[in-house]
Amino acid sequence: MNIKADFPTLIQEIDYGTPESKATKQVTLTVDGQSITVPEGTSIMRAAMEGGVEIPKLCATDMLDSFGSCRVCLVEIEGRGGTPASCTTPVGEGMVVRTQSERLDAIRRGVMELYVSDHPSGWNEKAGTGASEFDAVAKSVGLTENRYGVEGRNHVKEEGGVAPGHGSLAVDYIARDESNPYFTYDPAQCIVCSRCVRACEEVQGTFALTIEGRGFESRMVAGMHEDFIASECVSCGACVQACPTDALREKTVLEKGMPERSAVTTCAYCGVGCSFKAEVKDDEVIRMMPYKDGKANHGHSCVKGRFAYGYATHKDRILSPMIREKITDPWREVSWEEAIAHTAKEFRRIQYQYGRTAIGGITSSRCTNEETYLVQKLVRQGFRNNNVDTCARVCHSPTGYGLGQTYGTSAGTQDFDSVEYTDVAVIIGANPASAHPVFASRLKKRLRQGAKLIVIDPRRTEMVKSAHIEADYHLPLKPGTNVAVLTALAHVIVTESLFDEAFIRERCDWTEFQDWASFVALPENSPETVGKLSGVDPEVIRGAARLYAKGGNGAIYYGLGVTEHSQGSTTVMAIANLAMATGNIGRPGVGVNPLRGQNNVQGSCDMGSFPHELPGYRHISGDAVRDIYESLWGVKLDEEPGLRIPNMLDAAVDGAFKGIYIQGEDILQSDPDTKHVAGGLAAMECVVVHDLFLNETANYAHVFLPGSTFLEKDGTFTNAERRINMVRKVLEPKARYADWEATQELARAIGLDWNYTHPSQIMDEIAKTTPSFAGVSFELLERVGSVQWPCNEKAPLGTPIMHVDGFVRGKGKFIRTEYVATDERTGPRYPLLLTTGRILSQYNVGAQTRRTENVAWHAEDRLEIHPHDAEVRGVREGDWVRLASRSGETTLRALITDRVSPGVVYTTFHHPDTQANVITTDFSDWATNCPEYKVTAVQVAPSNGPTDWQKDYNEQARQSRRIAPLAAAE
Amino acid sequence: MTMQAASTEIASRTAAIIDEMKGIEGPLLPILHSIQDEFGYVPKDALPVIADGLNLSRAEVHGVVSFYHDFRAKPAGRHVLKLCQAEACQSMGSDAVAAKVKQLLGIDFHETTRDGSVTLEPVYCLGLCACSPSAMLNGEVIGRLDDEKIEEIVAEVRS
Repeated sequence: MNIKADFPTLIQEIDYGTPESKATKQVTLTVDGQSITVPEGTSIMRAAMEGGVEIPKLCATDMLDSFGSCRVCLVEIEGRGGTPASCTTPVGEGMVVRTQSERLDAIRRGVMELYVSDHPSGWNEKAGTGASEFDAVAKSVGLTENRYGVEGRNHVKEEGGVAPGHGSLAVDYIARDESNPYFTYDPAQCIVCSRCVRACEEVQGTFALTIEGRGFESRMVAGMHEDFIASECVSCGACVQACPTDALREKTVLEKGMPERSAVTTCAYCGVGCSFKAEVKDDEVIRMMPYKDGKANHGHSCVKGRFAYGYATHKDRILSPMIREKITDPWREVSWEEAIAHTAKEFRRIQYQYGRTAIGGITSSRCTNEETYLVQKLVRQGFRNNNVDTCARVCHSPTGYGLGQTYGTSAGTQDFDSVEYTDVAVIIGANPASAHPVFASRLKKRLRQGAKLIVIDPRRTEMVKSAHIEADYHLPLKPGTNVAVLTALAHVIVTESLFDEAFIRERCDWTEFQDWASFVALPENSPETVGKLSGVDPEVIRGAARLYAKGGNGAIYYGLGVTEHSQGSTTVMAIANLAMATGNIGRPGVGVNPLRGQNNVQGSCDMGSFPHELPGYRHISGDAVRDIYESLWGVKLDEEPGLRIPNMLDAAVDGAFKGIYIQGEDILQSDPDTKHVAGGLAAMECVVVHDLFLNETANYAHVFLPGSTFLEKDGTFTNAERRINMVRKVLEPKARYADWEATQELARAIGLDWNYTHPSQIMDEIAKTTPSFAGVSFELLERVGSVQWPCNEKAPLGTPIMHVDGFVRGKGKFIRTEYVATDERTGPRYPLLLTTGRILSQYNVGAQTRRTENVAWHAEDRLEIHPHDAEVRGVREGDWVRLASRSGETTLRALITDRVSPGVVYTTFHHPDTQANVITTDFSDWATNCPEYKVTAVQVAPSNGPTDWQKDYNEQARQSRRIAPLAAAE
Repeated sequence: MTMQAASTEIASRTAAIIDEMKGIEGPLLPILHSIQDEFGYVPKDALPVIADGLNLSRAEVHGVVSFYHDFRAKPAGRHVLKLCQAEACQSMGSDAVAAKVKQLLGIDFHETTRDGSVTLEPVYCLGLCACSPSAMLNGEVIGRLDDEKIEEIVAEVRS
């Protein structure tokens, strides 16, 4: 079957002009003689469009509330005087509307003529793309003349010779702003419709744009009339998308012209999983346009998803397989056939020499479900062991464990739409404004509508306070005290009888609740006691607990600040307890929502990437489950769990583990204790890295297989709301094979009989073997767009909200959450606590975003330090500082800010030069080995520059990236 | 002429005004008026402080400040003379009045004399149409302007 979407055309989404009305009452009206029925509150403009009648418009678009400023969308209504604007006039029962008449035509033409008079000459040909909405409206109203001349005040006059284009500057001319790397703002093209300003406010929630001045002088500006790059703008691009003229336009469109065809696909950055139209011209992506039917993003995006796709064509991409004998040798480019044969031979040799379990694989959270499934299948069926793990090990493995124990499923309980019904949002250890920006925009919108907010985070993040947003309670806890603070919240809920007894009796085990309640009620869990060790004001803890318990629908959103701790799993359970105790589970607006970091980290976990689990979170020791795969794959599966990543590295150092296939993960940079990872890799005999770039891990590789980007393959990603989204191939793989094809070649080379011709067949195999995916197929996804698992006979179209009528495991389980302080303590030598995080413009280890223009915003990692801590150490803004822990040291430059509390320092980990994980310790979560990235005792001192380790590392990396010139043909 | 205040001082004095007024309903315009009273103009350095204090964006504050011509971006002269240029006054000869004042003071609208004695501004209706052409000097209105009154005014602001 070949269902590769053929997409010869550009997908045009209908713009209804105003948002959908959610009213249930229906109203029927007549538009141009046609009877139309729509929900009450719908605008005439939208009703007409739903009936197929398009009314010309400039200031209206259905992503934004109606505004009524452009005066182009006027209509006539029988029995009413004048010509009301159809965007701001709601429909009425029996209303008779005319959208076309001589009077209306004359008015619209007159309005357009005035716009054109203050628009650059050549408005319909050379000034812009000629493809803007403005151009289309000018044409549709039949504008043929312009009696006012074209020498408007805000642009360059035709003749004269001093200004760009040999014109002269008119009185209100403002030069183009090219400061943003991705789009241009040309004020001369602006018609002051405010769509950009409103998009920035209503959709994105940043409020970076405004209309300056009044009358003829009014003009859109960023910030306080600043360059875009210097303003508050976060470059989400909503304004560019909203602009009906060429005033705000993607630079790629201006340079290369409008795209010609497009396909709907899914963003490959964070776990929000936004849907995009990948718009292409001549086999080049011109732009990524957020797709309005995308259930996660509803037509919005962030700077990464919309603009930062340049890595796909970056010169650093390796397009040929390479091999080398030793990691000190330069790379040698070889054919795919040779690379695959070499790898297969090496793996077989190692297994023969060192045993069946001496090799393993790592699946990628960046690759598709189908690719991930194949890698774990390769390990289990081909390597005949369970040595497979995934990068979720270092991020959300505690989520899987904690929610699995308490609720019975290893995933978030809600869809993102749920936030529209939330009354109290609790954000714990997450900064969605940076790491999950599109979700943050949706949450901010809800907060502006009046929802309350509690933030539990050591740092005063953008969510605590930014334009029109202010947390009702911020609990700036000391890193490492999550469990204590969450248990203190439970203490207040129990001792003040704020719990939901009816819910608990019905849904949970009452005896377990009582046991838990007696535990949390102990005095050592009181806010007063916990306040002392966490540094949070007890009254703030009490206030937050009362608000969450009694403030209406309470929803918890959390991130790696919860999981990457020695008590990560305990914290997840503490969160689950809070939601159960207050009855905040099983309906819209509530729930427990892990914000997953990577596009397919949920999917990679679902697909059996863990050494102890087959797809669908079924333990490898279960005979019935193994039977399913054994009969299908025709091999006997090992019933013992395999090695986790850290265990593989330990075993490598001990000499028992010699070969690894790593698909799309840079473990050297992302895993804890860099020196240990390097030691483990160096001890192996065949390290195969399958990636887009020579990443840091590839410094230790013997075989490099070039990877494919999400634009070059078909498949599916599963986002943080369990939503399975389609990924569609819009370009041919630059390195010949999509990743699933490369894995299949390797499988064949080691003797497996794999014959997939399309990823849809892999999904069919997943559906056939995994109950929670039983109903999923590409055909279904093509038809309905996306589904959230479980998707099977009981829920043929998927499950937006889980645990609706009861918990998956039966009764919800309350588990005691005793606070055990991490072994990582501050002391005289290491008095500060380091915690880590992300920034908006960069993504994870930065392999992709560092290879885009996004470096304009974040060229290096900085150490955030409180002014007090900086002063006593003699550190000034921008100084190089040495950051040392018990594990190692690195240097970076300081950024002095009171966002962090005294005693806490913070940095990001986007740049390999910084190597923040040289600092982090090898402490990890007690249940899942998830590393404790979020707490490290450190000292900070002024420094002159990079450490010896950084210099040595860079030299080693430089040496190991050499590629031998091809030998001249004989 | 009021000295341009140093930015740290602007920030602290602005913060004090915000603290005092942020509780009132619709606090932005009253705060801007107080700031203009305090400094004689609305310093650009005050805008981010206001934005932070009221949880607005810098852009929003700039949008409001730039909308109202009354808020100045730099200090005015010791006297501020506003001449009405709206319809009623125009019909009663305000153009000629403006020309004469400009000539006597040697400045155009939106300018301040080099000695800092007076700033001249147009205004669009003082609500004094019955006494057109009209003006406002340092907040006090003057009606039925004629040559004599104009010379009187110029003499006063020049002194």
